[in-house]
Amino acid sequence: MTALIRTTTGALHGRILGVGGYRPARVVTNAEIVANIDSSDEWIRSRSGIESRRWAGDGESVADMSVAAAGKALAAAGIDADQIGTTIISTVSHPLQTPSVAVEITDRLGATGSAAFDISAACAGFCHAVAIGNDLVRGGSAEYVLAVGVERLSDFTDPYDRGSAFIFADGAGAVVIGPSDVPAIGPVVWGADGSQRAVIEQQPSWLHPSVADDKVKPYFRMEGQKVFRWAVYEMAKVAQRALDAAGVAAADLDAFIPHQANIRIVDAMVRALKLPDHVPVARDIVDSGNTSAASVPLAMERMLESGQVTSGGTALLIGFGAGLVYAAQVVTLP
Amino acid sequence: MASEQEVQDGLADIVNEIAGVPQEDVTPGKSFTDDLDIDSLSMVEIVQACEDKFGVSIPDDQVKNLKTVGDAISYIANA
Repeated sequence: MTALIRTTTGALHGRILGVGGYRPARVVTNAEIVANIDSSDEWIRSRSGIESRRWAGDGESVADMSVAAAGKALAAAGIDADQIGTTIISTVSHPLQTPSVAVEITDRLGATGSAAFDISAACAGFCHAVAIGNDLVRGGSAEYVLAVGVERLSDFTDPYDRGSAFIFADGAGAVVIGPSDVPAIGPVVWGADGSQRAVIEQQPSWLHPSVADDKVKPYFRMEGQKVFRWAVYEMAKVAQRALDAAGVAAADLDAFIPHQANIRIVDAMVRALKLPDHVPVARDIVDSGNTSAASVPLAMERMLESGQVTSGGTALLIGFGAGLVYAAQVVTLP
Repeated sequence: MASEQEVQDGLADIVNEIAGVPQEDVTPGKSFTDDLDIDSLSMVEIVQACEDKFGVSIPDDQVKNLKTVGDAISYIANA
């Protein structure tokens, strides 16, 4: 016979309770980058907005950066590690296929009661993790969720590729998501266009003979102009749909925090969205570079710390990247 | 179908908004790169804005042929 199965119900709503970031100490200037490529500081600034970026130190791992960011997020949220029910780590630069980096992070944090897994959604990964975490809290699978975006992209950056050497960087950003009496994370608008999976990709595969022979390293390759066109125009529409889904007008935003891919994409997206001038826009990329999954929470933390926006403010988040994949939602800031 | 003058006026507005170039400088003989100092990323934005404004399709492989304002005007007006 079919047994009656009990199920769970969770909180009515979820919210981001705290955010924390970790920026590696080592500052890498454009001058250091152009030593390897036919380019200049002026060209890099004009095409990307990047003046410097942070790269992790020798031996400073994806897990190390995550633990640092997560510790800050937990403290900000006022939550102990053993209260975390699920840990979601978004990364594409943890160098082991298995086990997940999430299990090392929960172990080191003392999050002994937490489920732990990694997700792969590139630069959209943090917004994916927020969406999943929100639904876990609302569904009753976890009371508190730790969501981390973390990358050590310097390991996967070809220092001799003038199209990407100056873009990628390292860092981690974490949030704690928990129950809320009022709606504080809007509906996610997300999707994937796998027909464009070759536009940004690792090349070659780990299994390619040249990698095995130590002649070639796998690097992330990107067709910059194709990404630019897609990001600006398709993602402005996604951002608008996330606003509409949340019932929030662009003029009512206190912050726009897009993935920090390139300042030209940020500026063009602001134009395409017709975002009012009074809405502060994250431009963390100037001295952080593109940290993929870490960029949105790092920018969020900085906007809060600098006073550009205050706790309780309404922010539009959007991540987009390799896949091509995207996710956007409106949130109340912690 | 927009006339060439209508396309030129509309294109001048777009180039002004995206790249800050004065409208009166956007004339058929001008090179986007050499005369108007428009880089490849701004060109992508201009092409997309033209598609939206004039209801035409400008594929990526055509963009490299649009070297001057006049090239763009005739492509759009005859699309």
